[in-house]
Parts: sequence; C-alpha cells; structure tokens
Amino acid sequence: MDNKREYQWAWLMVLPVVLVVAFSAIMPLMTVVNYSVQDIFGPDSRFFVGTEWFKTVLRDSALHGALIRQFIFSASVLLIQIPLGIALALCMPKKGAGVSLALVLLALPLLVPWNVVGTIWQVFARPDVGLAGVFINGLGIDYNYTGDSIDAWFTVLVMDVWHWTSLVILLCYAGLQAIPDAFYQAARIDGASRWAVFRYIELPKLKGVLLIAVLLRFIFSFRIYAEPFVLTGGGPGNSTTFLSQSLTTMAVGQFDLGPAAAFSLIYFLIILLFSYVFYLTILNMDREG
Amino acid sequence: MARIELNQLAHRYSPGDDYALQPMQHVWEDGGAYALLGPSGCGKTTLLNIISGLVQPSEGRVLFGEQDVTQLPPEQRNIGQVFQFPVIYDTMSVFDNLAFPLRNRKMDQRYVNQRVTHIATMLGLEGVLQRRARNLGADAKQKISLGRGLVREDVAAVLFDEPLTVIDPHLKWQLRRKLREVHEQLNLTLVYVTHDQTEALTFADKVVVMLAGQVLQVGTPQALFERPEHTFVGYFIGSPGMNFMDCEVEGSEAIVDGERIAVDPAMAEAARHAGGLLQLGIRPGLIRLAQENEAGITLKVENMEDLGDYDLITARLGEHTLHVRLEESEKVSSDTLRVVFPTEHALLYADDRLVV
Repeated sequence: MDNKREYQWAWLMVLPVVLVVAFSAIMPLMTVVNYSVQDIFGPDSRFFVGTEWFKTVLRDSALHGALIRQFIFSASVLLIQIPLGIALALCMPKKGAGVSLALVLLALPLLVPWNVVGTIWQVFARPDVGLAGVFINGLGIDYNYTGDSIDAWFTVLVMDVWHWTSLVILLCYAGLQAIPDAFYQAARIDGASRWAVFRYIELPKLKGVLLIAVLLRFIFSFRIYAEPFVLTGGGPGNSTTFLSQSLTTMAVGQFDLGPAAAFSLIYFLIILLFSYVFYLTILNMDREG
Repeated sequence: MARIELNQLAHRYSPGDDYALQPMQHVWEDGGAYALLGPSGCGKTTLLNIISGLVQPSEGRVLFGEQDVTQLPPEQRNIGQVFQFPVIYDTMSVFDNLAFPLRNRKMDQRYVNQRVTHIATMLGLEGVLQRRARNLGADAKQKISLGRGLVREDVAAVLFDEPLTVIDPHLKWQLRRKLREVHEQLNLTLVYVTHDQTEALTFADKVVVMLAGQVLQVGTPQALFERPEHTFVGYFIGSPGMNFMDCEVEGSEAIVDGERIAVDPAMAEAARHAGGLLQLGIRPGLIRLAQENEAGITLKVENMEDLGDYDLITARLGEHTLHVRLEESEKVSSDTLRVVFPTEHALLYADDRLVV
C-alpha cells in the first residue's frame, strides 16, 4: 500500500518532462496531423478531406523521384562512411601527442555550420576557380557539378563524406579505446591473425557504437537539406533534390500545407521505421540461435 | 612442457628508469606449480608478461628448456595465459573459443574436434560446448580461457594473472581445485600471480615472494612460514604476520628491552658479524606459554580476541607490541602472560635479511 502511494507520487515528478515534451514534440506533431486531414483556406474556412492529401502525395511522381534519390543517397552514405570510419579509426594513434592532434583535426568538419559546408564545397568544386574542380579538369576529366547530374551526385556524396565520416571515426575510436589490452594479448597468444582480431574482438566490441553511428548517419542523411541546397540547389534539373527540399518547396514555396503535412507524416514514419529496423538488426546480429 | 630459466633477467620500462624488476637468476622446474606473490606494484605482473613474451626484458634472457625465447613473440612461445578478467571471444560458441588457437595454427579438423572434446571434458565444459561463451558465468569463462591454453599439446607453461579476482567466493574453491586437478593430470608448469597469500599457499608447490621488483624468497609454503628469509616475507605470510623486535646480540642471547632470549648459537655468531639493524623475529603461533618453574618472559596483555578456534593476544614486551596465538584450551585470565620463545623458532634478522 505504502509502496503504491510512493509510486503515484513518483509519477508527478515526471510531469514537468511530460509537459516539455508535449509542447516541443507532441503538440506540433498533432498540428501536422490536423493539417494533413483538412483543407484549410483561413481560420474560419476549413474542410475535412480524410485521406485525400495522403493519396495525392503518394501519387506524386516528383516525390517518388525524391524518395528514390533519398534512399540511394542514404544507402551510399552508410555503405561508404561506416566502413571508412571503422578503417580510419583502426589507423588512429592509440596514445601519444598524435592523439590530440588527430582528434582536433577530425572534429573540425563537425564544427562547421551546415550551410557553410555547402558554401565551402560550392567554391572548392567549381570548375573555373575551385581548387578541386580545376584540378580534376586538369587531369583531363570533364567535370562540372552544375551541369552534369553524375558530377553533382559525386560532389554531394564526397561533401557528405568529408563532413560526417569524422563522427563515425570518433565513435569507433572511443569504442576501440575501451577494449582492454588483455583481449589483444590473449589473441596474440592464441596466434590470431590481424583479420581475426578485427573479426572476433574489435568488431563485436564495436557493436554498440556502430549501432549509434548507423542510426545517426541514417537519420542525418535522410533529412539532409542545407548542404546540397547551397551546393547545387537540387540541380541540375532535380537530380540532387532530396526529400526535405521537396517538402520545403511544397510547404513554404507553394504553400500547399495539406499535402505538405501528409508528406511530413509519411517522411517521419519512414525514418522511424528504418531506425527501428536498424536497431533490431544490429541488436540481434549475434544472439544465441 | 618445459623448465623455465630466468638468466640474469632484469627490466626497466625505459632506459634511465628505476628497475621495475631487479636483476634475478632463477630456475623453475618443469611441471612445478609456482605462485608469484606480492603486493600491488611489486613487479609480479611484469615478470609474468616477460615470461609470456608480452614484455621484452631490457636485460638478460628467458629460457624454456634449452631454447632461448627472449626475442620470441607470445604466439611462438607455446604458452597459455589466463587473465584477471575473463577474456573470451564474445561471438563464438564455447567450442569455437576452445578450437580457436588450434584453427589459427591450421590444425586438422578431426584433431581439433578430438582435442577440444578432451579438454572440455577435463574442465567440465562438455555440457555447454554449443552455447555462446558470452552467456556463461565468470567461472566458466575463466575455464574457457584456461582451456584455450590447454588445447595445445605443445604448451610449455600456463600463466595465470590473478585469475580468481572476479569469481564468487564459493566458486573460488571449486576453480582452484579444478586447477590442481589439471596440474596433476597434465603435469604442466604453472605460474600463478596473486596478492592473496591463501591462494598462493594452497595453489603452489613453490611460492615466489616479491617486493619492489625484487624476489625476496622462493620456497615451499612451509619454508616461507617457518624460515622467512626477509622480514617482509614474515609480515606478508601468516595471519597475523611475524613479530619483529629490535634487539642486540650478546653471546648466544638476543636482548630485547632488557629481556634475554636464547637463540641458536651459530645464528647469534653470524648476527654479531653481520652488523646493521638487528631484529628478532618469531611467529605468533610459535610462541608458547611458560610452564610452572620454567624461566619465561613476562608480557603485558593489552587485548584478547577470541577468533573461534584460537585466541589472539596483543601484548607488550617493553617498547614492542607482540601478537601471540594460543589454543582455545590455554586460557589466560591475568593481565600478564609468561611465555617462552622456543630457540628453534626465534630467528635473527640483520637489515631485514635472515642471518645464516
């Protein structure tokens, strides 16, 4: 009895957090839900339209294109950055003066504001005055990210790798540092190869940080906006237009609030679903069968 | 299996540093169970790592049998090592863990199966071979670590670095008994690092007592108890430790705060020549009560504790505080105690070293 009463009081302690979350997340989300099922012209003129907006959005071929591009982009990001991050983390110095230097250098791209990253690469990759652009053309390769959609894709991907691989490296590095020396010593005594050490000691011990790295990289890449918007503006054509840019155009540019709200919800659910799938997959990767 | 010889061995972690291990010369016999015993930071783990090859000694050589292994990396030394915390390969089954050292050496699959089954049976792991090693308890994990050393038939020695630290007390006994069984069956050279004297004394044939990078004494548990060669060995082994009192020596008597105590004449003679700070040492349990009409030394009783099967008495002899361990039956009621220091157990130390 006494215990139960105490628990009831304990719930009260959570109330402030519930209120904050309600104002910051739940109420805005419900507003979006509200918009997604109504056609709103003004404060006094609104009509319930049911699933009409959802049907419109799901039939929109421009959005299909953006969604496919978005999946290809996020998949590329994960396939490049996760292995690259692990590989570079393994190359990092384990102790000594080099550690701090490497950590500071790695942290730099993460500290640059996202639209500035876009600006840096816009200049850096320009075929007429940009260092990289001029260099690539100097090699005899015809490269122009504003005119060629493959070049544009390539530039956006390289930019994202530059911007975010550090995060994966730092996470993996922290994970590797947490492995006690005894594991490496035991592996030497057991005659394990370098590959076996990676496969049976380092990779299993990195599972936790890799889960975080995959989730963060998936979520961030799936809602990427500022960098490609500044770099290519979504072009040439709409070859680098990703979901969040399409959404912004729809909501702010065309003021189609109903379809934009329906689309936001679908967008949100996709991220939620995939994050959950990644979470379960990695967590169950080596459960007892 | 091999004899381990430490030839003029010494180690500094970097040139100009103090010795982490003082120069030493030892031979450990093939098939012996040795315990390295000492307080934290005494160099026992450094010595173990030099034997396993994880640390290269800065001076001297390590020999397994006739072979000089000083420059060989651990994987070429044919040793097994069990660490303080269980080291297992998380994602593998118990079977795969045990098979790992053999598979890395490209052994035949049938041979691997046969060895793993044999060792697992010996260690009592045969029922869990197909389970994932990660899901087992700490004691089973330590058995797996041990098993990874034992599966290799060419293994020369198995080294243990405080392997029972994370094991529950009631399982420690079982695991230690298992270790003794394995030792008897395989007749392997075992080296066991610990700071727990009970563990060292119950495990080992020979105990190597270390302090500040120095080996103070190598001896059987009995020798360490009866004739500690250094005052530290006296303090460290036994509970409570040995009593030490500053003394002077005249003829064949040691004089402690005016009391004359008979000692071995040859020892007294040697002590007079040794000079330095002289101390008389005696084990609390080897002091006995004086019989009536027997000349004894009178101690002033300060405290008496009943510790179950014996009484521990704290008493003063002049400036010195002594511990005396008496049987339950030998009840003392007064606040003084008349005792005898038997000549064969009263040892003299000059500058902390046993006088011989």
